[in-house]
Amino acid sequence: MPRHVVAKAAEIPPGSRKLVQIGERAIVILNVKGELFALSDKCPHRGGSLSLGRLTGVVTSTAPGTYDYSRPAEILRCPWHGWEFDVRTGRSWCDPKRLRLMNYAVSIEPGAKLVEGPYVTETFPVTIEDAYVVVETK
Amino acid sequence: MMLDAPLAPELETDAGRGPTADAATRLKIIDGDVHPAPRSLADVKAYLPARWREHLDEYGSRRKLGMGYEPYPKSAPRACRRDAWPEDGGNPGSDLDLIRAQYLDAYGIEYGILGPLGVTGQSELNGEFSAALATATNDWQREHFTRPEPRLRSAIVVPSEHAEAAVAEIEARADDPAYAQVFMLTRTAEPLGNRRYWPIYAAAERHGLPVGMHVFGSGGHAYTGAGWPSYYVEEGAGHSTSCQTAVTSLVIEGVFERFPRLKVVMIEGGFAWLAPLAWRLDKLFERMRSEVPHLKKKPSEYIRQHIWVTTQPMEEPDDRRHLFDTMEWIGWDRLLFASDYPHWDFDDPFRAFPAGLPKERHRQILTGNGRAVYRLP
Repeated sequence: MPRHVVAKAAEIPPGSRKLVQIGERAIVILNVKGELFALSDKCPHRGGSLSLGRLTGVVTSTAPGTYDYSRPAEILRCPWHGWEFDVRTGRSWCDPKRLRLMNYAVSIEPGAKLVEGPYVTETFPVTIEDAYVVVETK
Repeated sequence: MMLDAPLAPELETDAGRGPTADAATRLKIIDGDVHPAPRSLADVKAYLPARWREHLDEYGSRRKLGMGYEPYPKSAPRACRRDAWPEDGGNPGSDLDLIRAQYLDAYGIEYGILGPLGVTGQSELNGEFSAALATATNDWQREHFTRPEPRLRSAIVVPSEHAEAAVAEIEARADDPAYAQVFMLTRTAEPLGNRRYWPIYAAAERHGLPVGMHVFGSGGHAYTGAGWPSYYVEEGAGHSTSCQTAVTSLVIEGVFERFPRLKVVMIEGGFAWLAPLAWRLDKLFERMRSEVPHLKKKPSEYIRQHIWVTTQPMEEPDDRRHLFDTMEWIGWDRLLFASDYPHWDFDDPFRAFPAGLPKERHRQILTGNGRAVYRLP
C-alpha cells in the first residue's frame, strides 16, 4: 500500500480542494468541513474533471411534494453532465454499482513522522515542522 | 490548465494524440453544433446600426419567449459546462483562446459549425429589428470567430418569421465561403413546413446550403405539445418532440417535393425518435394518400433522402446494441457528430459513443457524413 505525500495540510483548508497527480492517476483531494476525501478525478460517465465540479447536498423525497435535504457538501457533481457522486464512497447516486469513483484513504501526518518513511516523498520536499496530506493508493 | 486530449484506443493509430499530432494523420472531426457567445450583448450591439442599437437599449428584445424568460434554471449557469468559463469573466463560448485550447485543439476538430443562440434576431416580433439583429449576429460571428479561426464555420442566422428579410440575409452571405449552413430553430411560429418559410428553403437550396434546425425557438409554443411542464427534465424530453413536429411538417407539406435538393439537419434533439416517426408517417400516408396527393414518395423516403440528425444529446440505453440498431434503422450516413460545446450536456467525440461501435461507423459519424452535408472548403 504505497503512501504518497501530495500537499502541505495548509494548502487544502476547509472548503477547498486540490487536484494531484500520482503516477498515472489524477486524484482530487477535497476538504469538506475539516474532513478530507480523495477520489479519482475522471468521471466514469464521460470523462469530465471532477476537481471542477460543485459540492452539493443530497435531496431525496418519499413522495411527490415532499423533500428532504441532507448532508450538505457531501455530493460532488461532475461539471459536465451533473452526475452525482458521494464523497464518502465514490459511488454515483443513479448507478452506484457501475459508475463509481475510486476512493482513497487520505490523512494528515506530521512531517516528523514522514521523514522516517515508508512514504513516497521523492517529488515533495518534507520538513519536520509542517503537516502533510498523505494519500494511500491500492 | 492541463487539458486532456482523449482518444478512443481503437482510433489512436489513425487519430494521433492531442494537438501535436501530425496534421496529416489525425482524424478530422466535423462538429455540427458549437455555440459561440458574446462576452456580453455589447459585442453584438457593436454591429447594429445606431438606430437599432438605441432601439435595443430602449425597448429590448421582444419575442414570445426567450432565454430571458425561461421558466427553469438550466442545470448549470447559462446551461454551460462549469469548466468552460473564461478567466476574463465573459460567457462560455466567447473566448477564442479557450475554445481552441479546451475544444478545437484538444480533440482535433477540423471544422466546428457554429449555431448562435439567445438574442440573435431569430424570432423578434418587430420584423425590421429581427432582420437587423440577425445581420449583426452574422457579422459578429464572422469577425469574432470565423475570420480569426477558420476551423469555425459560420451559420447564416435568419429572421425566420420574416421570410423576405431572411432571404435577403441568405443572399448577402451566400457567396462568403465562411458560412456553412442556414440556421433556424425548431419552435417557430408555425410548423417549419408551412409555406411562409418556403422562400428560405428556396434560397438555401439555390446556394447549396443545408438548413440546420436547432431545438428551442421563440415562436411562442410551450416545450410540449400539451403546454408548459414543471421540470427542466421534461423540457429536455420535449426537444425531440419539437424535432418530430418539424420533420413531419417538412415532409407532409411537400417541402422536399418542391425543393428536391434541400438538405435539413435536425440539431440537438437526439435521434432515436426518427426511425419510428418514419414508420408511423408511412402507415398514415398509405391510408390517407389522397389528402396529400402532392407527395410522390413515402414519407420515409423523403426523410431518408433529405434529413440528417446530429447525435447529441445521445440516447444512452442500458444495452448498447439497442442504440446501434437505432442507428442502423435511421441510416449510418444520416448521423452527424455534434458536441454542443460549451453547454453542459456536451458530448465528447470519443467517449459519447459506446464501445462496440464499429470503427468505420464511428469515423463516418465523426467526419465523413458532415463533409457530405455542410458547405465546407
